[in-house]
Amino acid sequence: MSRSPAHPRSVAPSTLSRVTVNAGLLLACAYFLFPIWWLVVASTKSRGDLYTTPSLWFSDDIAALDNLRRVMEYDGGNYLRWIGNSLLYSGTAAVIGVLVSMAAGYALAKFDFAGKSLVMVTILGGLLLPSALLTIPLYFFFDSVGLVNNPLAVIIPSCASPFGVFLGLIFAETVPDEVIEAARIDGAGEFRIFFTIVLRMLAPGMVTIALFLFVGTWNNFLLPLVMLRDKELLPVTLGLQTWQGYKAVDLTDLVLIGSLVAVLPVIVLFLTLQRFWQSGLTAGAVKG
Amino acid sequence: MAATSTAAPPGADLGARTRRRTTHTLTAWLFLAPFAVVFTVSFLGPIIASVWNSLFTVQRSATGLEPARRVFAGVDNYAEVLGSEVFWQGIGRVLLFGVFQIPLMIVGALVLALMIDSLSARFVALSRIVYFLPFAIPGVIAAIVWAYLYSPSLSPLSTALEAVGLDRGLFLEQNVLLLSMANITTWTFTGYNMLIFLSALKTVPSDLYEAARIDGASAWSIVWHIKVPLVRNALLLTVLLSIIGTIQLFSEPFVLRKVANVSADYTPMMMAYNAACGNNDFGAAGAISVVLAVIAGLLAFGYSRVQARFSR
Repeated sequence: MSRSPAHPRSVAPSTLSRVTVNAGLLLACAYFLFPIWWLVVASTKSRGDLYTTPSLWFSDDIAALDNLRRVMEYDGGNYLRWIGNSLLYSGTAAVIGVLVSMAAGYALAKFDFAGKSLVMVTILGGLLLPSALLTIPLYFFFDSVGLVNNPLAVIIPSCASPFGVFLGLIFAETVPDEVIEAARIDGAGEFRIFFTIVLRMLAPGMVTIALFLFVGTWNNFLLPLVMLRDKELLPVTLGLQTWQGYKAVDLTDLVLIGSLVAVLPVIVLFLTLQRFWQSGLTAGAVKG
Repeated sequence: MAATSTAAPPGADLGARTRRRTTHTLTAWLFLAPFAVVFTVSFLGPIIASVWNSLFTVQRSATGLEPARRVFAGVDNYAEVLGSEVFWQGIGRVLLFGVFQIPLMIVGALVLALMIDSLSARFVALSRIVYFLPFAIPGVIAAIVWAYLYSPSLSPLSTALEAVGLDRGLFLEQNVLLLSMANITTWTFTGYNMLIFLSALKTVPSDLYEAARIDGASAWSIVWHIKVPLVRNALLLTVLLSIIGTIQLFSEPFVLRKVANVSADYTPMMMAYNAACGNNDFGAAGAISVVLAVIAGLLAFGYSRVQARFSR
């Protein structure tokens, strides 16, 4: 009915518009994929081929496995340790941060209490506060309490996410009051209600928050750069950056394969958990 | 609850309700407590430490024999930062960066969102994934990969530059460097902004478009008169976040230092990092952080005021 034959032109897009739009979309795809494609191709080349063969296509000699072995062995196996550190810091921040955020979001969504508006204002302020600007002050503070060069200096701030609380608040609002009231009448304690009912109902929301915390921590650079000194404690992003800067030896081939491996976990999380990304961004955008 | 209120005299009902409110306040704060702790440690403590540090300076004895002393400096650190040419050069670079990078990225993201949302689009799912993909990649790794792509020895881009008669190292030349950094930021965040626009566009009921089309509205007028006004709030949000992000510009110039001529104080954020971790000058670093936070706040506030005036 809506596609009334009286107005066929205004409903069906013209050929010109179809060509322009799709050419534009594909061109943009090429721009966004180009560095990733180059990284994949370059990681499969031996050091010699890297400089001598055409850079946008594979060379005859695929050296990916050899590169992988060398990146793991170089410098006493630091690369694997860095990956482990990144997993440890990001995983811990995600698990603790999601519980902290959910509990705070639940309190804000479902309780009236003294000081609530102050908490809300603080969280909104925290959302807008530039996080990198806070990192240097954080360094003074952790330096004065002796936490510098300690993994906790990276993990604790990564758990404190106003955005996580904000998402927790939005998700917790979806829990019907009747469910909570009914559980109270049945005599369930507040903490049991939270852990056995609320968290169970909000499992998808928890995945979203954990995902943002994990990727945020994995991708953070300035915080570990400022806080950590020992080579053994670095996350993989920082470790690769120090390799990139070596003047004495050219580690380009190792940095490339190392970078590719380091982005794989986030890309896998990204591709498998797409709808959770979407729900986090949508919630943030609509409310923000 | 029902049992007590029927059995008790009328006045006690109020008492029971107040008691219930108080226990709720206690319960709510117990739920909030873990966040309150990490927030205090990660936000409030540092802010206080920063302001405190900015008021002191470390005095080293002229002979170097006595230990350095920390003395109260009042606003001296602020005066030094605000009077420093290097600081204002950094601010200038960051502003220049923002003035062309933010509009470029936001308009690009909006155009991509509108194209994906249009009836003509065919590769919707693919495009959405591909555009957002860079956002998942760590900023430093993106900067490292682009740094190699800018370097004349390895890059297919350099080969292309040479083919059209330009210098192989063009991207790392002083007057192009800021553009090269802007490209890294644009590559990373365009897809993220596009998704925010796209979710704003999806809140529109599709029969609104149907109605407009049946009334004979062209695709362009639908875009201009319906879609663009609808993403206004998302536009405010993305520009604000971009302004805040630009003020703290750090990893792109920090990484490009390894391949190009970038000073250690290239941006204000690098200056603060250098003061804190390079020179152990906590006073200067504290003052820079406070000044930057104030500038970021003023810019964000100013922008939202201008935006509010234009939208009414």
